Amino acid sequence: MSKFSATKQVLAKAQMPGRSLNTSRWIITGILLLAIILFFVTASDDWFTIVNNVLIAAIAALGLNVLSGYTGQISLGIAFFMAIGAYTAALLGGAPPTLPTDPQGLGLPFIIWLPAAGIVAALVGALIGPTALRLKGFYLAIVTLALVFIGQYLFMNLHAITGGSPGRTFPAPAIGESIFTQQNTLPLLGLALTPGQQYFLLILPVLVLAALFVHNVIRSRAGRAFQAVRDHEIGASIMGVNLLQAKMGAFILSSFLAGIAGALYASYNSYIVPGYWSLALSIEFVAAIIIGGVASIWGSILGAAFVFGLPQVIDHFQLLPQPSTTGGLSSGDLNALIYGALIMLFLLFEPGGLIGLVRRVQGRLRRPAHTKEEGGDPAEITDLSPGATTHI
Amino acid sequence: MAYFLQLVFAGISLGCIYALIGLGFSIIFKASEVINFAQGEILLVGAYIVSAGVFLWHLPFLVALLLGLVTTILIGLLFERFVLRRMIGRPTFSILMITIGLDTILLTLVLVAFGSQIIPAASPFGVNSGFNLAGVHIGTNDLWTIGVTILLCAGLFYFFRFTRYGLAMRATALDQEAALAVGINVRGVYAMAWGLAGGIATLGGVFLAINNLAIDPTLGGVALLAFPAIILGGIDSISGAVVGGIIIGLALDITAGYESYLSNFLGAGFHDIMPYLLMILVLLIRPYGLFGTRKVERI
Repeated sequence: MSKFSATKQVLAKAQMPGRSLNTSRWIITGILLLAIILFFVTASDDWFTIVNNVLIAAIAALGLNVLSGYTGQISLGIAFFMAIGAYTAALLGGAPPTLPTDPQGLGLPFIIWLPAAGIVAALVGALIGPTALRLKGFYLAIVTLALVFIGQYLFMNLHAITGGSPGRTFPAPAIGESIFTQQNTLPLLGLALTPGQQYFLLILPVLVLAALFVHNVIRSRAGRAFQAVRDHEIGASIMGVNLLQAKMGAFILSSFLAGIAGALYASYNSYIVPGYWSLALSIEFVAAIIIGGVASIWGSILGAAFVFGLPQVIDHFQLLPQPSTTGGLSSGDLNALIYGALIMLFLLFEPGGLIGLVRRVQGRLRRPAHTKEEGGDPAEITDLSPGATTHI
Repeated sequence: MAYFLQLVFAGISLGCIYALIGLGFSIIFKASEVINFAQGEILLVGAYIVSAGVFLWHLPFLVALLLGLVTTILIGLLFERFVLRRMIGRPTFSILMITIGLDTILLTLVLVAFGSQIIPAASPFGVNSGFNLAGVHIGTNDLWTIGVTILLCAGLFYFFRFTRYGLAMRATALDQEAALAVGINVRGVYAMAWGLAGGIATLGGVFLAINNLAIDPTLGGVALLAFPAIILGGIDSISGAVVGGIIIGLALDITAGYESYLSNFLGAGFHDIMPYLLMILVLLIRPYGLFGTRKVERI
């Protein structure tokens, strides 16, 4: 018995080399917490706007990473599911209409509309999934692309829910009488909190919960099934993985997170036009997970920070001129150029993304003698040699 | 009736444009099983260069067209040589995303170079010229579109069917390894496919611009409607791209022409999603398209 448990322990250790560096892990966590507290106390509201939007984007990027990164299903439909979440929040939480032309709202509290946003998006995902997931590879990409366009048409025309092309307002969370859009005082400590700080206190825990949840799911039976489906569908199927079930699981979880992120984004930005939920938004998220790191939780967060934070930071310091109709380089353009180029560079040279780069550097720092081991991806075939059986 | 015939004619002409754009996707897919998401923006670059050549740089139309063709062919060749060739053996996901990366870069470069200003479409003939036949306006541009599509398809058919290079391309599409074994230059085949697709993109872009009367940076997004066309026809079939394109063009124009009668029910912009609805329907029944090879895998 003792022998058995000993082997088990050795196995567990071998699987997680990070365990031996427990103290350094605690130090990193401590520094991170300290940084968060320091940021919370000192940052201006402009910075809260940037960081809050990045944190929201990270939730959606996490969702996309479950579907595309861990399960290998290409989706361009994340904007659609974010919109479903946002409009669920608006319908449930929005103020009841005063004029007959106003969009509908039931005025429910955010404790109801925030989870509902995720659940409704997940339900819509469950409805669409069986049809879409029968297709593989780029067919799924094209069908989810169609979904975004169909969504645009629906959101433009369902005036009662979306406000039509002029858009609509979205509800702000409130605890009791304290609405997040106003300055409120924390009851016990007597701290005055700005709207940015209050949203931060809501969004960060949601992101942490989502990240922990995904982290645990990925290490569960279901998560291993996801990765088996990604790595080899037929192999996974032979091993007893129910392919449709695994794909559906990933699709539903991904839609749920996208819905939550959509609701938070809409609520934080308070007014959105249907045109926002476009193909370009979906592509930005795809860029985020590739740049940050496919199939990685920290990668999703880093990628979201890069794609959704960088243009705002450039704008904040006014490094580049505003966009104009006559051309010239604006911050948005520069960002698009950078992330377009980075998608290509990362896919070519570092398929692990930023997080892969970080791990590579870490590996070199720890074991300078074995630099070669950590480096190249054995699956990489850089040239077409006679005998290569693979297609482009 | 004249109204209906007008819609049908305009639909066929529009369908030919989608067919032209779709051919670009089909050729690349046939040779290398890659779906090139950047095709729309390659088209945008071509269309912008031709129009800017005529209206901003004051070149003759044919010189501008040549310039556009050379640019897009070069984009195709360079992308294939320096990016895609290094991606052989990678998962579909990565390859698809890398074309999306190219797509983003090309669109942004157009925005940086030209801004969001609208440039009139370059055309060798008066944009509104044409004649009436039984109450139907037959535009010169429509006739040119249909004519060029027919010629190009005939040319491609001849190329694939009767030339060495066409045969090499078909062989590569069928079995890359076997093609290598019998001494086919597979790299050359890929380069040729990307070059051809680049050239066709400019042609499609010029006609699409003429059809819209002007070009702006959203033109590449309009080209996405070629996706329903090629899926409808079967992604690896040249004739399928044409038939799919025409079906999509007809469906779009006829819906656009009659949707105002149902506007209380349908709202605005229903014709824009009609092609996608048709595509989803076809994918449900025949995922390999009407003319495609029966090989799309299902679970």
